[in-house]
Amino acid sequence: MSEILDIAFVSGLIGATMRMATPLIFATLGEILAERSGVLNLGIEGIMLMGAMTGFLVTFSSGSIWSGVLAAAVVGMILGLLMAFLAVNLGLSQHVSGLGITLFAAGLAMFIYRLHFGSPTVPPIIQPFKQITLPVLSEIPVIGPGLFTQYSLTYIAWLLVPVMSILLYKTKLGLKIRTVGENPVVADTVGVNVALTRTLCLVIGGALMGVGGAFLTLAHQNMFLIEVIGGRGWVAIAMVIFGNWDPVKGTIGTLIFGFLDGLQLRLQGVGIAIPFHVFLMIPYLLTIVALISVSRRAAVPAALLKAYRREEKGG
Amino acid sequence: MGDTQTPVVRMSGITKHFLDVTANKDITFHLYPGEICALLGENGAGKTTLMNILFGYYTCDEGEIFIKGEKANLSAPKDAISRGVGMIHQHFALVPSHTVLEIIIIGADSGRGIFLDFKTARQEILQFQERFGLKIDPDARVWTLSVGEQQKVEILKALYRDVDILIMDEPTAVLAPSETEELFKTLRSLVEEGRSVVFISHKLNEVMDISDRIVVLRAGRVVAERNTAETNTRELANLMVGRDLLESIEKKTLEPGQPVLEIIDLGAVDDKNLPAITNLNLVVRQNEILGMAGISGNGQTELCEIIFGMRAPTDGIIKVGNSPLKFGSPASAIKLRMGRIPEDRIGTGLMMDLSVEENMILENHTSSDFHRYGLMKSKKIRQFSDDLISAYSITTAGRDAATKSLSGGNLQKVMLARELSGGPAVIVASQPTRGLDVGAMEYIHQRILKERERGAGILLISEDLDEIFALSDRIVVIYEGKIMGEASGAEASREQIGLWMSGVEK
Amino acid sequence: MIRFKIEKRKPLPGWAKIVIPIAAIMVTLILSAIPILIAGGHLWKSYFYLFYGALGTRFNLLETFVKASPLLMTGLAVAFAFRAKFWNIGAEGQLLAGALVATVLGVSMGGFPHALVLPIIIIAGFLAGGIWASIPAILKTKLKVDDVVSTLLLNYVMIHIMGALLFGPLQQPGSSWPRSSAIVEAACYPILMTRSRFHMGILIALLAVFVIWFINKKTTFGYQSKAVGVNVRAAHFGGINTTSVILWTALISGGLAGLAGVGELCAIQYRLIMDISPGYGYSGIVIAMLGNLHPVGVLFSSLFFSVIIVGAQTMSRMTGVPTYIAEVIQGMALMVMLIFLLFTEYKLRMVRKS
Repeated sequence: MSEILDIAFVSGLIGATMRMATPLIFATLGEILAERSGVLNLGIEGIMLMGAMTGFLVTFSSGSIWSGVLAAAVVGMILGLLMAFLAVNLGLSQHVSGLGITLFAAGLAMFIYRLHFGSPTVPPIIQPFKQITLPVLSEIPVIGPGLFTQYSLTYIAWLLVPVMSILLYKTKLGLKIRTVGENPVVADTVGVNVALTRTLCLVIGGALMGVGGAFLTLAHQNMFLIEVIGGRGWVAIAMVIFGNWDPVKGTIGTLIFGFLDGLQLRLQGVGIAIPFHVFLMIPYLLTIVALISVSRRAAVPAALLKAYRREEKGG
Repeated sequence: MGDTQTPVVRMSGITKHFLDVTANKDITFHLYPGEICALLGENGAGKTTLMNILFGYYTCDEGEIFIKGEKANLSAPKDAISRGVGMIHQHFALVPSHTVLEIIIIGADSGRGIFLDFKTARQEILQFQERFGLKIDPDARVWTLSVGEQQKVEILKALYRDVDILIMDEPTAVLAPSETEELFKTLRSLVEEGRSVVFISHKLNEVMDISDRIVVLRAGRVVAERNTAETNTRELANLMVGRDLLESIEKKTLEPGQPVLEIIDLGAVDDKNLPAITNLNLVVRQNEILGMAGISGNGQTELCEIIFGMRAPTDGIIKVGNSPLKFGSPASAIKLRMGRIPEDRIGTGLMMDLSVEENMILENHTSSDFHRYGLMKSKKIRQFSDDLISAYSITTAGRDAATKSLSGGNLQKVMLARELSGGPAVIVASQPTRGLDVGAMEYIHQRILKERERGAGILLISEDLDEIFALSDRIVVIYEGKIMGEASGAEASREQIGLWMSGVEK
Repeated sequence: MIRFKIEKRKPLPGWAKIVIPIAAIMVTLILSAIPILIAGGHLWKSYFYLFYGALGTRFNLLETFVKASPLLMTGLAVAFAFRAKFWNIGAEGQLLAGALVATVLGVSMGGFPHALVLPIIIIAGFLAGGIWASIPAILKTKLKVDDVVSTLLLNYVMIHIMGALLFGPLQQPGSSWPRSSAIVEAACYPILMTRSRFHMGILIALLAVFVIWFINKKTTFGYQSKAVGVNVRAAHFGGINTTSVILWTALISGGLAGLAGVGELCAIQYRLIMDISPGYGYSGIVIAMLGNLHPVGVLFSSLFFSVIIVGAQTMSRMTGVPTYIAEVIQGMALMVMLIFLLFTEYKLRMVRKS
């Protein structure tokens, strides 16, 4: 048991936390962008799975891992566009449209994978991302090696957090996005194109979700398995609520989840006589507990779930 | 005046349909520089629709619009704004969590590149404030402002966009008399600078006060155009309604009986946990209408929710008859025979996607008359709703028609039918005629008076002072959650009530 | 430039409610040509085997009913919850809860009087699903936790509970696989037709269609649940105890999903395995929507999906199109149905702009 307090263990745990948080950071930021504009995107789980599959497939075929990342982003954008068509242009129920996207995209991902690879006994693999050790920073005692020996996608995820904050709070576009999400009538009457703004957010958000999914097949693992996402999309939606629709607070949530995920992997390794499924369950349970703690004072974007049609009234 | 000048806005042959309803029919409307033109008409006459068309918010089915001599194809508000047209809607849409600054600059390109430049914008806005006397802290969050202040923000927003044609939709509905004076001053200073204002209203007196010219709309058509100096309220009323507007309110003299509703030391907070009601005391007796005047947003919503059983207060007791109301339980209010007319009939009162019958039965469906062992007695329910539909002469395709297919007046009749069907001892009606046309309004006033004669005690909460004066036996004024004063209906003066409404003590 | 605008239309007549889902199914089947062609399948051959595989022989036809029964149950579960705007996306977890409890009882009730075993298992399975569903309902009504997220997350919690038990106390002695022992014979659903798997669960599902229809149409609870779904604030204003209505709705909804799990365990697998449900709970969402949340509609849409799922097996064997085409078609069907439903209330209008 003394291993738990070991420096190498701590360092490993920090590294694992960062790794496990990475796909969630991408997905959570993507979902925050969508929800801030007033659209709940329940397509997230399916988009991530399509991203994971596409990233893997393209990397496998082309040998270029960055092409895989790009393809995952593009697929995410297309599915984001489909979500925008259903929920924004047609104004359909956001709940059901999103679930439709998830079911469709999940089916499609497995369909295309089977089509391409058949049912091999040993799953095909790719050469995944390598971790990059940042000089100087990684030499900080205790936390350095864990924090700064990471995949490039993890560093990108970290950069995206301030970028998203600045976008939302300091730019003209961000003010438009927030206004569209709070009250589309206000936005419309000052000349902001509500549908276009929401579509943009869903498309960019979709790209982030796609890349988040791709991280799992291109860095975390080197193969595609059907259960690779394992509900991380839903966890990201919970993190958005937990973070009160704020990129920084949402990221804190993903770190907690990443920590628990990393911890359960480590503890499995330590060999405690508890079925590993119990550890797997803990992050989901604690996510629910986290939701309980914040839900009463959640500041939901006021226009979330509401379709906007200008000429709705009859008088 | 006007006629010799070239109009700054020329709308001709404007027609607009919504499904079955023709909101505007072949309307011609001109607006001249430097004038305040009133658009007068009762609710549903098509005033707001016409102006929404000028603002590019709606597109017309037929007709042409010329702004400053150029033909304008308006497909979105931004097309109108770029031509100098601005509109402040009646229930102006704000974003509570934004700051005043954010609300004003959104969409108006200021700042370098992609970033917002709050500093320059703040200075610009302070300059505007100086010039037009509209003092608001630019860094305040919108939800902390009063409704009057929010309206100032809206005007600033329009000025910031360099609007010289300003449309204001029923702007005084949310203001105290003193605030109205202030608004009128601002509007006059705007037209002195050569801007034009369209002032939408259904209130005759204020139209006479503020406008230079009056265009009267009725049932989607222009029925008359008058220079304000050459007309009077009587003529306008006639034009607006198509008949003499003499709502014959005949109130029988009745001696108030036992108290039926007592509110004792009530205190409550709003959704933001700020005090909404403090130490409020009221008594309503049998055969009596107690009118509660006040600008909306002064605690009426919270008070109603508490009385209706939907919100728990922080202090106090409410007694209905002699029994205490169980807070937070609408079922308790129903059991104590309270008739409740909520201000938000669409969101709170009715289930628009259900049938008329399903709305009628809402509060009675658990009574033993209408079910046995959880099975609904559909025959009795049908009878019950058919009876109510005919008793309240509700115009509907039938009891199975979707409630959302009904007109505003008929919706309110469904509401009344349900709430009054049990012969309630207390009736609490909040803004019962808001947004209704004159016919429906008269009907509802008559109903309320009938209930008074039957013996009910009625609390009438309204921001319409005419309604308060016409119906009330006693009048109280609510301001910031407190009762400012009380006067008897016969002796109350409008001046005194107006002062109380703006928070001035005696 | 031509633009399209969406405008309200006058309500469509009653027959539209029947025509629209059928039209949606037709359009979905036409759209399915795209993935079939991408997969290099011969179009007409694929369609033929899709339907032949599901309806062509006695055995296949009965298999279609066998497959429809869990889909019908989860579809009803979702439809009943959605009608009250309780966003139960957790039918999958509730199904597993039912199967899990049925397993615990089914392997251990050998000594019980035979006639009691199945009734007890069915009631317990119903309660297990119902209680599992009432957790998010309590979280929603008491703590304002979003029901979509909590029901989804609880699915994963239930999968891992099941995993922990199948690798632990429930694991078949001597097996290294995550599977339980077989249930006792008295716990198995009777097979109603020879040379098939047509079992009692199918009758239970059909009975459930009637019961749900009856609740919706005839009872005060059905009325209350509908009122809560349409406008929860107005329902509360009208004196309905909305908390209790949502709780009971969740209990019934989860119970139906739980029974789907009992059926899969006691009539198909006879022992608990990790893959006991290939996503029936999620398919239930599509089926409920395609059935317009009406129990009879759900009956027909579950049969349609069952045709697709069973038929896709044969189609895959004969044409090489992956069986996952069934999932793709499900996703498409949901979106097509949504769009069709939109046009019951709205219409497209073309606007020309100069």
